[in-house]
Amino acid sequence: MQVVWLSSSLALRDLQAFILHSCSMQMDPKLKKTKDSSSNSANSPDSTHSSFPFPDEVLERVLSLLHSHKDRSSVSLVCKDWYNAERWTRTKLFIGNCYSVSPEIVARRFPRIKSVTLKGKPRFSDFNLVPQYWGADVHSWLVMFAKVYPFLEELRLKRMTLSDESLKFLATSFPGFKALSLLSCDGFSTDGLKAIATHCKNLTELDIQENGIDDFGGGWLSSFSENCSSLEVLNFASLSSDVSFDALEKLVRRCKSLRILKVNKSISLDQLQQLLVHAPQLIELGTGSFQQELTPWQYEDLETAFSNCKNLQALSGLWEATSLHLPVLYAACASLTFLNLSYAALQSGELAKLVAHSPNLRRLWVLDTVGDKGLEAVGSSCPLLEELRVFPADPYELDLHHGVTEAGFLAVSHGCRKLHYVLYFCRQMTNAAVATIVLNCPDFTHFRLCIMNPGEPDYLTNEPMDEAFGAVVKTCTNLRRLAVSGLLTDLTFKYIGKYAKNLETLSVAFAGSSDRGMQCVLQGCPKLRKLEIRDSPFGNAALLSGVEKYETMRSLWMSACNVTMSACRLLAKDMPRLNVEVMRDEGSDDRQADKVYVYRSVAGPRRDAPPFVLSL
Amino acid sequence: MVTLILRSFGKMKGVMACEHDLNLKATELRLGLPGTDESEKHLVSNAKNNKRALPESVQDSGSNANSEAKQEIAPASKAQIVGWPPVRSYRKNNLQMKKTEAETGIYVKVSMDGAPYLRKIDLKVYNKYPQLLKALEIMFKLTIGDYSEREGYKGSEYAPAYEDKDGDLMLVGDVPWDMFISSCKRLRIIKGSEARDLGCGM
Repeated sequence: MQVVWLSSSLALRDLQAFILHSCSMQMDPKLKKTKDSSSNSANSPDSTHSSFPFPDEVLERVLSLLHSHKDRSSVSLVCKDWYNAERWTRTKLFIGNCYSVSPEIVARRFPRIKSVTLKGKPRFSDFNLVPQYWGADVHSWLVMFAKVYPFLEELRLKRMTLSDESLKFLATSFPGFKALSLLSCDGFSTDGLKAIATHCKNLTELDIQENGIDDFGGGWLSSFSENCSSLEVLNFASLSSDVSFDALEKLVRRCKSLRILKVNKSISLDQLQQLLVHAPQLIELGTGSFQQELTPWQYEDLETAFSNCKNLQALSGLWEATSLHLPVLYAACASLTFLNLSYAALQSGELAKLVAHSPNLRRLWVLDTVGDKGLEAVGSSCPLLEELRVFPADPYELDLHHGVTEAGFLAVSHGCRKLHYVLYFCRQMTNAAVATIVLNCPDFTHFRLCIMNPGEPDYLTNEPMDEAFGAVVKTCTNLRRLAVSGLLTDLTFKYIGKYAKNLETLSVAFAGSSDRGMQCVLQGCPKLRKLEIRDSPFGNAALLSGVEKYETMRSLWMSACNVTMSACRLLAKDMPRLNVEVMRDEGSDDRQADKVYVYRSVAGPRRDAPPFVLSL
Repeated sequence: MVTLILRSFGKMKGVMACEHDLNLKATELRLGLPGTDESEKHLVSNAKNNKRALPESVQDSGSNANSEAKQEIAPASKAQIVGWPPVRSYRKNNLQMKKTEAETGIYVKVSMDGAPYLRKIDLKVYNKYPQLLKALEIMFKLTIGDYSEREGYKGSEYAPAYEDKDGDLMLVGDVPWDMFISSCKRLRIIKGSEARDLGCGM
């Protein structure tokens, strides 16, 4: 009998019935049922021959309660019956690497998909390490979806390329389309958004975040039909041009179910007040520009509008916010669980006052202009804090007098014992501080520390930062994601390999001393899924030591390391189910593999690779 | 510092020297493949050898070439590595930085009657009046009295005053802190009879 670990909770009655009959089930492959797309299982003449006394409906009924795609993957491996039942009941598709599978394979396996999440480029493309026109174009997927899933409702893309033509195709091919979410995508313009607004009559969600988009003006917003009242999520915060405020106001007024509204910088404070008056039910708000000369009445109206938003849980935007206008937020802060100040260059005092009004904060994103003092205030005001992200206001500034140090991080860890997610950009750190931090907060699941000067040692002892990350992996047994920085030797990686047994994602830059480091990680971390390395002295021996590991991972990225073409070719030859792709830098030695991207795939080598991507 | 960065990291194919003031290059989106930038090519050829992340212990054969590069780059204050620190392009391009206020502080001169020279303090460092007054007390080794709206500063022979945008001499403490730091051009510690005048002669 196979053991299947399920993470989601099923209805107890269904589960009981299921377990009872699973135990008596004989897994006889001759009696398995196969389904084609036209047959109805209840009427299938084979049902009486199945060793499973209940028709597929029971199995399907139970499995339809499973939502986690990881659970579904486990379930589909039990036996053919379960595989079939699972594929018929899956409605949400999650593809973490668009090249790991092809549209044809997906279409054959899953007949009833309503929602698709697709991720494309390697994460380092966010930092300009992947050239333009690399790929991850969504169009071929859309063509397949239009044929096989005409009732598609949701599409969520991350790091994919899509053109305006694709958006138009999307808008006109799926009559029931409801939700579009684009994160870090590129290749399209506001014209494509116009097509979506015009044709998707039942749109509930339009979420456009941080994309490389050509902004031809805000006219797209006016393309929403006057009958459109179904919007629940509207996020255009990252677009720069002006939209018609009149069109926006009317839209907000009509859409009574609107719960997430994030506007862009073109919306002023008094315009925001008018929007809030129509949408006090908002759960998440992204403001526009937060700087404007207001009359006392306007100020008061704004304050009132905020205090009437009783359900506000998340707040962002706040561009150019100063201490003059922040107080209008105080009334709304009481219910806030997420405050995103990462585009507002606040000083310590301003932050202190804000967080003093926000005792229920779970997640806080800030710029390092708040300094250690600001973080101290966070430590004392936000005992429920679970996630902290501190971004650098000026990433290229080398002056140590700016930003945050280990003191700020320590202060937060003292006051916020529930902290489990941190992203921290700083210019100095010590091993001792990190050791104390993880003692205070042993539940870290995500620890991303970026000491901005590459190869920076512990500034007090001048030693490598090995012990810091050693402390993290030893103490935080639930650690799933780790990003390391500073001066690091192989010892850090020995620690990681030895202790980080739940680690899934590791990011390495300018670290390590030899192949041994990477080998330790590949040999020691059983749950590793994503490994991304840049500018580190790991070479062929390290790359090849993971030969058997890479098929259990989503992907490996190595750039500016010591890997050669011959090793890459060897890897590609030995492992046909891995795609090994190399990009060479101009003017570099023919033998060097400057950028290596290795990922498992059932679809074989890419057929759309541009000339600068060598598929080995 | 510049040398450290240049020497430490191997494939600096996209390294660019940044302009001194506008940092135009910093916000320019550069992709992984090197462009036709002259200074870039220069750095590329020099920085190929060493991949180790140890800034101090570098001894490589290209030391002459490196020092040449150093001379080229040093005046431009810093060299940058593609994609480092790992901040998304969108975020980098959209930081609304009030550069002057957020980074350089608000330094004002502080003069005290009878003192041989003036001092300077950064008003940005303080959040409210008591902190500023305490700092002044320490700096000039004196006691400033307690503030009251009615009587100004009682209890000592010193009173803090400031020159505002209009050039008028004002008593410190009457207006909200934020308004004060945006209008204060210069501080003056008034002593003796003048102090008493300032306090109750309004």
